Amino acid sequence: MTDTAPLPQMDAPGAAPDATASHWKLMWLRFCQHKLALFSLLIVGLIYLVALLAEFLAPFPPQEANARHVYHPPQGLHFFVNDDNGFRFQPHVTAFRMERDPVSLRTSYVEDEGQIIPVAFFGRSTPYRLWGVIPMDRQLIAPVEAGQRFFIMGTDRLGRDMLSRLIHGTRVSMTLGLAGVGISLVLGLLLGGLSGYYGGRIDWVIQRLIEYILSLPTIPLWMALAAAMPRNWPPTLQYFTITCIVSLVGWTELARVVRGRFLAMRDESFVVAARLDGCSQRRVIFRHMLPSLASHIIASVTLAVPLMIIAETSLSFLGLGLQPPAISWGVLLQEAQNIRSITQAPWLFIPGALVVVAVLSLNFIGDGLRDAADPYSK
Amino acid sequence: MLAFIVRRLLAAIPFMFLVSITVFILIQLPPGDFATSYAASLSAAGEYVDQNTIAELRARYGLNDPLIVQYFRWIGGILMGDFGYSFQWNSPVSELIGERMGLTVLLTFATVIFTWAVALPLGIYAAVHKYSIGDYIFTFIGFIGLAIPNFLLALVMMYFAVVWFGQDVSGLFSPEFRNAPWSWARMVDLGKHLIIPILVLGTASTAGMMRVMRANLLDQLHQPYVVTARAKGLSEARLLTRYPIRIALNPFVSTIGWLLPTLVSGEIITSIILSLPTAGPLLLQALLAQDYYLSGAFLLLLCMMTVVGTLISDILLVLLDPRIRYS
Amino acid sequence: MLSATTLDIRGENTGAGAPRTLLEVRNLSVTFQASIGRQAVSAVQDVNFTVHEGRTLCLVGESGSGKSVTARAILGLVEEPGQIAGGQILYHREDGIQTDLAALDPKGKPFRSIRGNEIAMIFQEPMTSLSPVHTIGSQIIEAIRLHQLVSRKQAREQAIELLRQVEIPSPEAAIDRYTFEYSGGMRQRAMIAMALSCSPRLLIADEPTTALDVTTQAEILDLIARMQKRYGMAVIFITHDMGVVAEIADDVAVMRRSQLLEYGPVRQIFDTAEHGYTRELIESVRRLEHSARTVRGAKVSPQVLLSVRELEKSYGGRATGLGKRKAGAAVRAVKSVSFDLHRGENLGIVGESGSGKTTLANCLMRILEPSAGTITYTREDGSDLEVARAGGGALRAYHRDVRMVFQDPFASLNPRMTVAQILAEPLKVNNVLTRPDDLRKRVGELLDMVGMPADVAERYPHAFSGGQRQRIGIARALALDPRLVVADEATSALDVTLRSQILDLMLDLQERLNLSYIFISHDLGVIRYFCDRVAVMYRGEMVELGPADTVCSTPDHDYTKALLSAAPAGHPDEKRLANRHRYERP
Repeated sequence: MTDTAPLPQMDAPGAAPDATASHWKLMWLRFCQHKLALFSLLIVGLIYLVALLAEFLAPFPPQEANARHVYHPPQGLHFFVNDDNGFRFQPHVTAFRMERDPVSLRTSYVEDEGQIIPVAFFGRSTPYRLWGVIPMDRQLIAPVEAGQRFFIMGTDRLGRDMLSRLIHGTRVSMTLGLAGVGISLVLGLLLGGLSGYYGGRIDWVIQRLIEYILSLPTIPLWMALAAAMPRNWPPTLQYFTITCIVSLVGWTELARVVRGRFLAMRDESFVVAARLDGCSQRRVIFRHMLPSLASHIIASVTLAVPLMIIAETSLSFLGLGLQPPAISWGVLLQEAQNIRSITQAPWLFIPGALVVVAVLSLNFIGDGLRDAADPYSK
Repeated sequence: MLAFIVRRLLAAIPFMFLVSITVFILIQLPPGDFATSYAASLSAAGEYVDQNTIAELRARYGLNDPLIVQYFRWIGGILMGDFGYSFQWNSPVSELIGERMGLTVLLTFATVIFTWAVALPLGIYAAVHKYSIGDYIFTFIGFIGLAIPNFLLALVMMYFAVVWFGQDVSGLFSPEFRNAPWSWARMVDLGKHLIIPILVLGTASTAGMMRVMRANLLDQLHQPYVVTARAKGLSEARLLTRYPIRIALNPFVSTIGWLLPTLVSGEIITSIILSLPTAGPLLLQALLAQDYYLSGAFLLLLCMMTVVGTLISDILLVLLDPRIRYS
Repeated sequence: MLSATTLDIRGENTGAGAPRTLLEVRNLSVTFQASIGRQAVSAVQDVNFTVHEGRTLCLVGESGSGKSVTARAILGLVEEPGQIAGGQILYHREDGIQTDLAALDPKGKPFRSIRGNEIAMIFQEPMTSLSPVHTIGSQIIEAIRLHQLVSRKQAREQAIELLRQVEIPSPEAAIDRYTFEYSGGMRQRAMIAMALSCSPRLLIADEPTTALDVTTQAEILDLIARMQKRYGMAVIFITHDMGVVAEIADDVAVMRRSQLLEYGPVRQIFDTAEHGYTRELIESVRRLEHSARTVRGAKVSPQVLLSVRELEKSYGGRATGLGKRKAGAAVRAVKSVSFDLHRGENLGIVGESGSGKTTLANCLMRILEPSAGTITYTREDGSDLEVARAGGGALRAYHRDVRMVFQDPFASLNPRMTVAQILAEPLKVNNVLTRPDDLRKRVGELLDMVGMPADVAERYPHAFSGGQRQRIGIARALALDPRLVVADEATSALDVTLRSQILDLMLDLQERLNLSYIFISHDLGVIRYFCDRVAVMYRGEMVELGPADTVCSTPDHDYTKALLSAAPAGHPDEKRLANRHRYERP
C-alpha cells in the first residue's frame, strides 16, 4: 500500500485509450519506443532478405576462381560517366590493371584511368535457378558484356568474387543460426517445460544436467565434437551436424527461462482459475500458460541466435566447422587467418564486419523484445 | 563455514567424475582409434606401415579391451600423474602440457583480474549515472565488445599492430626469450606480451560483467533498505558503497562461475590466432591429428579449471552473503 | 475544494502552555516528471499541516493519495524523477531557529545532520527496509555513530539497550543476527530501535503495521505509543486504516488524489467530518461493527451443503529431489479440521498468516490434495460426493457447483484474454454454451450482475482498476450458476471504500442466486459483517466455531479474545489496544 509513485487512477471504464489492445499490440507499441531495436530489426530484415535472394543478388557463382584476379582490390560502383558522349547514367566500375614492380617483382593492382567496365541492373546473366527451383537469367547487377568480371568487394587468394561469396555465406550463416535456435527451442521447451510443470525428481535431474553443461567450457567441447566429424562428409550433413553441436549449449538457457516462467506461473491465480474453470491440462498449458510465455521465449530466442552465429563462425574459422567448398562467414574468414594475407588484402575482413553488424543488431532486437515482453509493467 | 567448504568439495567429486567420462567419450568419438590414426600419419609421411606393428601397438595400449576397461586405465593413470603418451610428439603427455597449461592458467586469471578491475568501476558508474553520456558510451562499447567474436578481435588487433606499429604481436615471448630459462627479464617480456591477449580475451567478458554489475546495482539502488539508510543521514558516497554496491557484489561474484568457462573457451581461440604457447594451439593440433591422450588431457584439465572456478566463486559467495551461509 | 488556508487549523493548542510547534508544512507540492517532454504528474498539491511536540498526527489516505510522498518530502527522500515543486517545510529547532527543509539540499550535510538524528523514519516492509547482508546490530550501531561521538563499544552497548527497550528477547545475542533471522514483528521492532537510536524529536512512520498481522500490529502500535511517551517525540503516522487512526491519533490529515481534504483534531474528524469522503472512510470501518446478514434478515436452511471431517494437510516430511536435502519433519498446515456448511449460509474462516486458512480453502477446492480426512458435498439431487477422493468427471462437476474468487485481482485474470474470453472460458470448456451468440448474451448478463456495462467485454484486464477486476473475478465465479463460492481474502487487496462495495455486491448476489459462501479473511470486522458463522484458525487448528455475533462479542477461546481486542474499534472514544487481551500460547 505504498504510494511513493502516483499511478493514474483508472476508475472509469474506458479511461485507458488502449483498453482493447491485445498483448501483442501493446508489446509492439512498447518495442517501437526502443528506436535502436527498431532500426536493428530493419538491418536484420535486410540481411535475411539478402540470404533469401542470394542467387539473384550475387553477381557471379561463388566458387568461380579467376587466376588472373588474385587478391583483386574492391572496385567502387559508380552511376554516371562523363566522356566524349557527354554526361549520362551508366552504372560501371573502374577497371584495374596489374603492374609488376621492376625491382621487387611484386605484383600490384593500379586503377586503369578511363577504362570502365559497364554494368547493368537486372542485366542478363548465365541462367541459374533461384533456391535451386525457379529458373532465372537476370541478376541485380550483371556486367553488360558477358564474360567481364568486376569485384565490388575484391577477391580472395583464388580470385573468387568476395561479394558473391559473402552473399552466399550470409545465407548459410544466418540460417544456421536460425536452425540451431530451432533445435534449441524444441529441446528447451520440452525439457524446461517438463522440469517446470512436473517439478520434483524430473526437475532435479534436468536442472543438474543444465548446470553440468553450463559449467563446461564450450569451445574445447565443440572442437572435440566437431573434430570427430569426418572431413569427407557432404556439406549438408556437415551443416546439420554443426547445427546440432552449436545448439547443444543454446537449449540450456532457453530451458532455464521456460522452467522459471513455468514455475512462477503454475501457481499464478489465473492459471489456478483456469484449472477450476474445468480446463484440461492441455488447455491450461496451451491456452493459458504458453501465450504468456511466448513473448519471453521469443526474446530469449532472439538473444540466442547471435550466440549460434558466433559459434558457427568460430568453429568454421578454426577449420573445425563447415569445410570448403561450403561457404559461411567463418569459412570466408579462414582466408584472413594469417597476417600476410590480411595486410595484403584487408577487404578479407568484410565478412567479420558483417558478423559484428548481424550479432549487434540481433542483440539490440533481443533486448528490445525483452523489455517489451511485459508491457503491463511501468 | 568449514563444513560448507568440505561439503562443496565433496559435491565436486561426482561432478569431476562426470567430466572425465564426458571427455573420454569425446576423445573416443572419431572413427578408428589411436593406432589407425598413427598408421595414417605414418603413411601420410610416406613411411611404410607394418600391420604387425599396428597390432602390437593395439595390444600394448590395450586398445582391444572394452571401453570401460580403457576408461579406468586412462583415468587411473591420470590420478597417478600419468596422462599417457602422445604419438604425435613421441613423448609423454605430461611433459608436453606442463608449461602450456601453466601459461593458460596465468592468462585466464590475469584476464579475470583485468575484467573485474575494469568492469566493476565502469558498471557502478553506469548505474549511478544512469542515462548519462558516460552510461551511453560504456553501454555502447559494451554492446560492441559482446558482438565481436574473440578471434575477430584478435585478427583486427594483429592487423593494426602490423599496420600502425609494424610489430608482430603473436606469441608470448620475444624470440630471444622463447627457449631461455625463466629469469626476471623473461618475466617482463612475458608481461609485455600478455597485454594484447588479455585485451582480446577480456573485452567481451568485461562488457558482459559491466552489464551484469550495472543491472545488479540498478536493481538495488531503489530498494527500501537504501531509503532506510538514507533516512539515517548517511552521505551518498558512504551509502552507495556500504549498501547497494555491497549487495550488488554478491551476484557479481557468482558470475565467476560462467566467466571461467567463457574465458577458457576464448583463450583457446585467441591463442590459436596469436600463436601463443598455451593449451589452445596444441589442443587444436591434437584434435585434428586425433592424438587422444594429448587432447584428452587438455580437455580434462580445461574442464577442471572451470570446476575449480565455480568452487572458488561458491566459497566467495558464502563469505559475502549471510543468507546463503545460514540456509 | 476548501481553500488551503482554512484548513490550517491549530486545533486545541492556541492557548498558553500548549505544545510547541515542531514542524509546519506550508503549501507543499511534489511533482513527478516521468520523462523529459512528458507532462509532470502532481503527487502532492498544496498541502498544509502542523506537527506539535509530543503529539501524533495521522496522515490518512488510500493508495495513490500522496500520503507517503508527503512524508518522504519532509525528510528529503523523494526519489527521482520526483521533486518538490513548491512550498515550505519549516522545522522548528530546539534552539528556536526555523529551517526550511524544502529549501535544503537533500544530499547536503545540514540536512543529513537532521535526518536520522532529529527526525527519524520507519517503513512499511521491515524485511526489505533492512539490509539483508548486514547484522541488525551493525545497522543500528552505524546510525548511532553517525550522529554521536561514541566508540564502537559504547555504541554497541547503546544498541543492546535499545533492542531491550523495544522488547527483543535476549538482545545481547539478537544484536549479531541478520534480518532474515527475525520474524516480521521483530524486524519492525528493530527498525524502531534504529529510529530511536539518536532520540529523535519527530518519528515518521510510513504504514509500519500494514504488512503485519493484527495482533502484531497491536503490539507495534503499543510500542510506538510507549516510546513516544518515553522520548517525548512527535509522531507522523501514515496509514490507510481509520481504525488505527482512532486508536493513536491526536490530529488527523486526510489526503485524497494528492490533495489534503481535511485536517483537524481526531475527535473533530470522527464526529463532525466536513467531507463526504472522510465520512465514507470512517463509515467503512464503523459499518463492519455490525452484521449485514442480520440486517438483511438472512435465512439459512438446515440442509448441510458441505461437511468437512478431520481434514488434515501436511507438507514436506519426505526428501525432495534425489535426497539432496535432509528430510525434515512434516509441517502440519491444517490439523484435524471439522465443520458443516449449510445451504444459504456464509461461513467465515478467520486467522492470521500461517494459521492455515488459505491451505484449508485450497484443500476444499482440491487445488491442494488433503493428506487425510473427508469433505462430503451434497449435490442438488441430494446425493453425496466424497470430494477428497473424487476424480475426473465427478470433480469437474464439483468445480461447476463450487467456484472460487481469488485474493489478488491483478493476478487472477489472464492478461492475454479479453473479459468476454475470460467469462466464456468456463462455459465453453464445460460445454454449457457453445454458440457464439449464446456466449455473448451470457457474458452480457454476467457483467450486468456485477454492475459492469456490457460494452467492456472486448477490453483486456489491464484496462480495469482493482475493484473492477474483482467484479470480473466474481462474474467468472458465477458463470456456471454455482451453489457455493469460496472467497479467499477477496477484499484484502482493495481500498477500504471499495471493500464494502464488493461485500455488498456479493451479499446482493447471494440473495438473487441462492448462494452459500465460505469467506476467508484475516479481518474479523469483514467476517462479522459478512458471515453467519465464523471459524477461528490458529496455527492450523480450528480453535473456535460459532455464530458470528457471539464469537465477535463474547468469544470463548483466549486466542479469539486476543484477536478481537487487537482489532481497532473505529472511534477515538472506544480505544481498545491499551487494555487488550494478550494470548500466551499454552
